[in-house]
Amino acid sequence: MKTSRLRFLRTATKGSLYALLLCWSLVCLYPFVWMLSATVRPEVEIGRLNPIPGKLTLESYRLVFSKIPIARAFANSLFVSFSATAGVLIFTSMIGYALSRLRFRGRDGLFAVVLFTMTLPFQITLIPTYVLMVKFGWNDTYYALIVPYMINAFAIVVFRQYFKSVPQDLLDAARIDGCSDFGILFRIMWPLSVPALITVAILTFMNIWNEVLWPIIVIRKWELMTMPQLVALFAVGGKAEGLLGVRLAAAALLALPIIIAYAFFQRYFIASMATTGLKS
Amino acid sequence: MDARPITSRTSPVSPQTGRLSVGQGRRRHTANAGYVLVLPYIAHFLTFVAFPLVFSFVLIFHRWDILSPMQWIGLGNVHRLLHDRLFFRALANTGVFLLIHIPLQIVIALALAVFLNQKLRLRGFFRAIFFLPVVVSGVVTTMLWDSLYAQDTGVLNNVLSSLGLGRVPWLTSPTMAMPSIAIMATWKNVGLYIVLFLVGLQSVPQHLYEAADIEGASPWRKFRHITLPMINPTVVMVVILSTIGGFSLFIEPYIMTGGGPIRSTLSAVLYIYHQAFQFNHMGYAATLGFFFALIVFMVVLLQKRVVEQETGL
Repeated sequence: MKTSRLRFLRTATKGSLYALLLCWSLVCLYPFVWMLSATVRPEVEIGRLNPIPGKLTLESYRLVFSKIPIARAFANSLFVSFSATAGVLIFTSMIGYALSRLRFRGRDGLFAVVLFTMTLPFQITLIPTYVLMVKFGWNDTYYALIVPYMINAFAIVVFRQYFKSVPQDLLDAARIDGCSDFGILFRIMWPLSVPALITVAILTFMNIWNEVLWPIIVIRKWELMTMPQLVALFAVGGKAEGLLGVRLAAAALLALPIIIAYAFFQRYFIASMATTGLKS
Repeated sequence: MDARPITSRTSPVSPQTGRLSVGQGRRRHTANAGYVLVLPYIAHFLTFVAFPLVFSFVLIFHRWDILSPMQWIGLGNVHRLLHDRLFFRALANTGVFLLIHIPLQIVIALALAVFLNQKLRLRGFFRAIFFLPVVVSGVVTTMLWDSLYAQDTGVLNNVLSSLGLGRVPWLTSPTMAMPSIAIMATWKNVGLYIVLFLVGLQSVPQHLYEAADIEGASPWRKFRHITLPMINPTVVMVVILSTIGGFSLFIEPYIMTGGGPIRSTLSAVLYIYHQAFQFNHMGYAATLGFFFALIVFMVVLLQKRVVEQETGL
């Protein structure tokens, strides 16, 4: 008698748990499904709750491609994100290695500087950095989009932390074999630190891919714009002529690459973002 | 590369310090390598952190439109800032955003994380779906919600009116616009904080719950007296991360409202952006940025202090 009641209670709790989680899944997913369906249906149907289109049309996508250079923006975004991510991986692992495994005067002071830059709000350096870009003549060039992002303090902290756990014996053995510090870093530390590399790569790539404020500030030429910038300006400016489907089609094209990457590397995405809690 | 060969093969390394203890030359080599490796960082730091910091301080005392020479105006910018009602409006707007966004986010994320932490099937599946809005660009989610919020054609209002309820002026009323943006931001970020809370929850020692079970504690009591105190550091972190995120609010009002209606969604960053790039007031924009950064810094410090005192950490 008593056990059956308990069992009933337990199934009821489990059931309501699933129901709640399902509800929030719906809240998360529905807007995206609705967006995708809005891009392939005629303008008059868009306000409907039901995401299944009555009539399929690719007109919205055709209009996006004819109105804005979105393919070019996609290529720009890819180029910028890949270059900056490569830079971050190389340069921050270099300093992460030096800070964790080498001894030199000023090392601890340097690490304090790294930690200090992590706490610095970007608003304080925004305007002077823009001025710097103007002085360098880097406005409306890829340099402005890539070089400032080539190093970030968070990646340094991740690498330093990870490199600390590599056994010293391996390094000593390599050194005895005449391996230079660059050799140790790229031929021993890197292969042993794949999780750290993935974490830093995903975080950096995502941040740069999704960045808008900085591109809006330093890029004015349409053919140099990154994808989020182009799509944002398309949404704000008059080029979409008030057509909702067209705006959403542009948004969908911006979302798609990241959603596809996420579908494949979902575990890594979540794990890398969870390390944002790493900083104290 | 090597100036001197290693002289001893028996024990070149001290196991405690990990330092090569052979000779002066070897040590100097390591030190030099250290300097070479940190060189790119130092160059980057000087250019993109140190210089901007110093220069923004210089800019505070100047009027400058980038094109003509800088003009020294002493504390003119500071004086202007202290009398700039629009800047304080922007600060207040950001405050409204944070006051809605942070509590809402913590409650939803913590509840869902506690649910997900139970032994459930499909856990990974749920987590993956909750995280989806986090990875997608803010431009996308903003445009998406802009359409959902639309007064006459938006899905939200269509649902409300089909239920016989009135249409809500989500983004068109000065009192509703900022809360609407805060709701959207919560929807976007909850997934990240669920994951952070899950990490925190997994670090709570199981034997505490077992002890409470023996005493017949209710689930709520277990949550209140075990879970909550144990994950307190995670709560602090979530508050701080979402404060910093909230203070950088820009793209949402930029796309959705342009700061309106009646300046109700003008965020501080949007205001700085306007001053710098619409009016070319570089000196004043730098002053705003400087003070705003100071405010962010102080708020975060204060939050940390308060929570640490509350919990005696």
